This record gives sequence, C-alpha cells and structure tokens, in this order.
Amino acid sequence: MNTQTTIAGITFKNPVMTASGTFGSGMEYSEFVDLNQLGAVVTKGVANVPWPGNPTPRVAEVYGGMLNAIGLQNPGIDVLMERDIPFLKQFDTKIIVNVCGKTVEDYVEVVERLGEEPAVAMLEINVSCPNVKEGAIAFGQKADALFHITEEIKKRARQPVIMKLSPNVTDITEMARAAEAGGADALSMINTITGMKIDIHRRKFALANKTGGMSGPAIKPVAVRMVYQAAQTVKIPIIGMGGIASGEDAIEFILAGASAVSIGAMNFANPYTTAEVVRGIEEYMERYHVENLTDLIGAATA
Amino acid sequence: MKNHTDVLIFHTQICAGASQICLMADANLIFASAPSRKRSGMEIRMKQKQKAVVLSQREAAPQIYDMWIGTDLAAQAMPGQFLCIYPRDKSTLLPRPISICEVREDRKALRIVYRVAGRGTGEFSQYRAGDAIDIMGTLGNGFPLEEAAGRKAFLMGGGIGVPPVLQLAKELDGEKQIVVGYRDGHTFLREDLEKYGSVYIATEDGSAGTKGNVMDAIAENGLEADIIYACGPMPMLRAIKAYAAEHHIKAYISLEEHMACGVGACLGCVVKTRETDSHSHVNNARICTEGPVFEAGEVEI
Ligand SMILES: Cc1cc2nc3c(=O)[nH]c(=O)nc-3n(C[C@H](O)[C@H](O)[C@H](O)COP(=O)(O)OP(=O)(O)OC[C@H]3O[C@@H](n4cnc5c(N)ncnc54)[C@H](O)[C@@H]3O)c2cc1C
Ligand SMILES: Cc1cc2nc3c(=O)[nH]c(=O)nc-3n(C[C@H](O)[C@H](O)[C@H](O)COP(=O)(O)O)c2cc1C
Ligand code: FES
Repeated sequence: MNTQTTIAGITFKNPVMTASGTFGSGMEYSEFVDLNQLGAVVTKGVANVPWPGNPTPRVAEVYGGMLNAIGLQNPGIDVLMERDIPFLKQFDTKIIVNVCGKTVEDYVEVVERLGEEPAVAMLEINVSCPNVKEGAIAFGQKADALFHITEEIKKRARQPVIMKLSPNVTDITEMARAAEAGGADALSMINTITGMKIDIHRRKFALANKTGGMSGPAIKPVAVRMVYQAAQTVKIPIIGMGGIASGEDAIEFILAGASAVSIGAMNFANPYTTAEVVRGIEEYMERYHVENLTDLIGAATA
Repeated sequence: MKNHTDVLIFHTQICAGASQICLMADANLIFASAPSRKRSGMEIRMKQKQKAVVLSQREAAPQIYDMWIGTDLAAQAMPGQFLCIYPRDKSTLLPRPISICEVREDRKALRIVYRVAGRGTGEFSQYRAGDAIDIMGTLGNGFPLEEAAGRKAFLMGGGIGVPPVLQLAKELDGEKQIVVGYRDGHTFLREDLEKYGSVYIATEDGSAGTKGNVMDAIAENGLEADIIYACGPMPMLRAIKAYAAEHHIKAYISLEEHMACGVGACLGCVVKTRETDSHSHVNNARICTEGPVFEAGEVEI
C-alpha cells in the first residue's frame, strides 16, 4: 500500500497536512501527535512584520463549526525563521509556510526571505487578506488581483507556490483559472466562509470583529463541491480542506479531486485528529484493496 | 514567566485506541511551552486528552454543579490550572474550559464546580457517577504559590470564580484571608473554604455577609494584605488591579476568554499585555498558555 502523493514535484509520505492557523507552528500539538506521522505541517500565516490581530472575543462556536476572527496575529517572518523553522526541521515531515500581507510588496518580501531556507518545501499564499491598496477587497476575491499577485510571487519564489483560494466568491472556477494562469503550482481550498453570530440574550455580536470565518464539519459539503469544480477546471493539483474530521472525510475530498488534505478546526475538537486521519486513510485503502492513494484522486463518478 | 529548564518530559499519546508512551529528554525541550512542576524530585509536564470517569455529581446551588472526576491528571494538577471538557453533542466543536477546584488527597481525582451556562455545561450537568467524560489537561499555569512566602494574602473569588480558590487555599502557606462574593445566599464551597483560612463573604443582595462585592467586604472588615490572588468577573478583577496598584502590592488574577484549542495553537484567547510577549512578539499573551493567571500590572484589562 502506497499512501504517497506528489504535488509540484514534491513527494509527501501521506496526504495529511495541518490547516494554517489551527496548528500554530506544530510545537503545541507535538505534545499530542508525532509530527513525523504527517505529510506536512502548514504553519500559521506569517507577514513581513509582527501583526497584533483583532480584539477579543476572537472565536465563537456555531452549530457544527466555529467562527474565527483572529486577525492573522503573527510574530513576523524573523521569529518564524529563527524559532519555528528550526523546531520543525527536527521532524521527518515537509514544511509549508503560509504567507499573508496587506500589499503585494509585503507578500513578496516574505516570499524572498523564505527562499533563503531550503527546509521550507512549499509556500502557501493566503489571499483572503484585505488588499489595503485596492479598497480592502481581499486579493482572492477579484480574478485580476489574484492573477497579478500570483504572477508577482511566482517571479520571486524559490519554492513551489500554492495559492489558497477564498470560498467567498461567486465563481470558484474563475479564481482557480486566474491562479493557474498566474503560474500557481497548486491550489489549496477552502479558506473560511464569512459568517456572523449574535448573542440574543446580550444583544451583542459574538465576535468583536462582528464577522468571522466559518470552519468545521458544517462547511464540508461546500468545500467538497468547490474542490470538485476547481479540479474539473484546472490541471494543477489541489489540497482540499474544510471540516475534515476522519479518514472517510479525507477520502471524500480526494475522490472529488484533491491530491492532499488539511485538517483545521477538528484539531480543536480532538488534538489527535491528524494522526487518526492518517490511520483512517490507510484503513480505507486496506478495506477496498487500493494499492496507490493516487488512484483515488478525482475517482468519483456519477 | 516560563521555566525552560532541562526537564524530563513524559510525552504521552493516546491515539485512537492504540496508546503509546514515549519518554523524551532532549534539546526539543528548549521549545517546550507548557508549565512544568516538581513532584518527587522529577519535573513532569504532560498535556493529554483522555476518557475519565465521573465519580459523583450533585447540584451545590441552583444551576451550580459540583463534580468529582477520576483521572491520573490529578497527579500534576496545580491550583489555578484548568481542564478542557469536550461535550459529546456532535453539534458542538469546542472544548469547555473549567478550572480545577480541588485535587483529592491521593491525587487520583479532580473536582470541578461550574454554572450551567449553555449547551456544553447543560450536558455535563446530566452526567452521573460512572459516566465517561472526555477531558484534556492539565492546562495553563497555576497561581505562583512561592510569592506568598512570609506574606499576608487575600484569596479572592467572585461567583463562578470561587472554585479555583479552594485548591489555592489548600496549597498556599501563610496567613490567608479568603474573601468570596456571590449573587445571593446560595454560597457554594463556603464550608470547604473555612477549613483553610478566615472566610469573609459578600453577597449582592445582602442575604449573607457584607452587602455588595468583595471590595466592600474588605473595607467593612478592615482587612489588609501584602499580596492578592483572585479569580472572578472582569469588573471585580479591574477593581482588584486598581486596589493593588494603590497599595503597591502584587495581585495575581486569573482571566477568562473564549477559547478554541486550549493549548496555545489558535491565538483565540489573548489578553493585551503591557510588554511585548515573548511568544507572540506583540502585546498579546495567550490566556490558555501564558495564563490564565497573570500579575495584574502585566495585563491591560
Ligand atoms: C480558564 C477558564 C476557567 C473557567 N473555569 C470555570 C469554572 O470553574 N466554572 C464555571 O462555571 N465556568 C468556568 N469557566 C467558564 C466556562 O468555560 C463557560 O461557562 C463554558 O465554556 C460555557 O459553555 P456552554 O457550552 O455551557 O455555554 P455556551 O454559551 O453554549 O458556549 C458556547 C461557546 O462559548 C464558550 N463560552 C461561553 N461562555 C464562556 C466563558 N465565560 N468563558 C469562556 N468560554 C465561554 C464555550 O466554551 C463554547 O465554546 C472558565 C473559563 C475559562 C476560560
Ligand atoms: C483559528 C483559525 C485560524 C486560521 N488561520 C489561518 C491563517 O492564518 N491562514 C490561512 O490561510 N488560513 C487560516 N485559517 C483557515 C484554515 O486553514 C482552513 O482553511 C479553514 O479553517 C477550513 O478548514 P477546517 O474546516 O478544517 O478548519 C484559519 C482557521 C481557523 C479556524
Ligand atoms: S485557546 Fe487557542 S491559543 Fe488559547
């Protein structure tokens, strides 16, 4: 049985990754999960300088999921390079660094710094951040802006580039096409779906930011649909995520067309989820006598 | 702050049925960010999610439940630390943070006392002796006990912030004045607290002790202290912070915030800090990891 999967020429021991922002830089959950078991650790979004993030409350539970408005708090690229990458290098897993910014220049600065670190296997670009020069519309919500930022990053990046798509768009295939045309090596999807919760007893917004990104099991069908549509549209590989809780959920994304999967909010419900998904995928492959995981990618039929 | 010494870690994993235990004692520990404590000559640090068992549960006051949980996590529990408890209801996602109220003498059971606030605590209140309960612990840093040496202390609790004061009162050495505030005459944990120090009560409706809050109880009884330990609602903690600043004494306060991971990974639970935090490199510390106890002067509340 071979659980390996290859994305942009990089081979992962299995398709299970951590979703950015839910797993820190691996340190905290390494008390629960042996990081050597994972295909990759995807780090929390990092910017060129430290970001303080939003006021609290930053998280709220909703039916079958949660909302978050962390506001991309991060210690900046210097700390990631000096503290987090050396920590992750001790493990036999791939390192993918998620990058955020307010301008194209911010992103490029981080991407260039990461080019100095060969231990970083791939870059994942979070384009759900507001573009401060373009009326604060997220880079990932306008096809031309997405094409432009992908092209600029690809010019400077030493590592393969994954563009992480926002689901908060009318047509996900248009965005997938724009990223591919800009030179993206892979896509990851979906980021959180914008939502809101109101505490009716206190008549207050549950989050200080009023709106937040929804994640967790309740968004899974939307994510599976979007992965399928994108996979039908582009040739580059896709990393699927959105509410994955088990090996079965991961297989569903792979059958829809994902080459790998990420585990996000379910780490909070169970800190062992990533390791359990790895085992669940193996159990599925044994049960159905699947020799190569890659045989399952996009294998769902009508 | 954190104690990044060369310690032995018992790194325990229970993964889907299979349980593996590995012992690590290497340079990784420089990165360790969890609290460590000395017991029988060896520093033990361990966070774990496990199935524990409910030993007993009773309603201590209207909507206030008092539960004993059988768990080996009791061996490492410190006053001021908390547990995360996972509701079974599949429509919930996040664990519920609940303070450790008491540690049984044999260190094989933990007590929690909580108010029914919503779906999660509502489910917990239905549990009976013998039921399984999913918990993660022990989390956060406790109250710094050594700071009380040779000092006269206030141990203050307000409402559902009273429970952690009990184990604190048991473990703290020195002269202890326990000042606790409640809404009304349903004064849970009062008899337990009286075993470990002089107890002063305040109630909002005046049905027991001083009418008013814990600050009113201090004033009415003419109490003084050189150090404060406290847990309670934000207005109470703000008043304590102001009182401590005015009297030039230290106050260690336990903070609450909505949490997602409970272990420091999601950055959901931060409090603004006066200085740049050594982990986040911004003026924000994680309540679940750097806290929940902070020196009042260090945080902006
Ligand atoms: C460190 C810490 C220690 C605590 N210790 C105790 C204790 O000893 N006894 C006690 O009664 N309560 C304690 N609380 C508060 C307790 O966590 C909440 O009352 C509980 O999470 C409510 O859950 P629910 O499902 O019943 O309510 P719901 O309103 O249905 O919960 C919805 C979501 O909001 C969160 N939430 C709601 N209220 C709070 C709150 N006040 N603080 C943090 N998260 C909240 C829940 O965890 C859940 O994710 C503590 C909180 C923290 C942060
Ligand atoms: C608390 C939290 C923080 C997140 N932070 C980031 C981030 O920094 N960068 C990013 O690209 N996505 C971030 N995400 C989105 C997740 O990586 C993921 O795309 C999304 O949550 C859907 O997956 P899930 O349902 O498994 O959580 C965050 C999600 C959560 C819940
Ligand atoms: S709850 Fe996630 S960092 Fe504190």
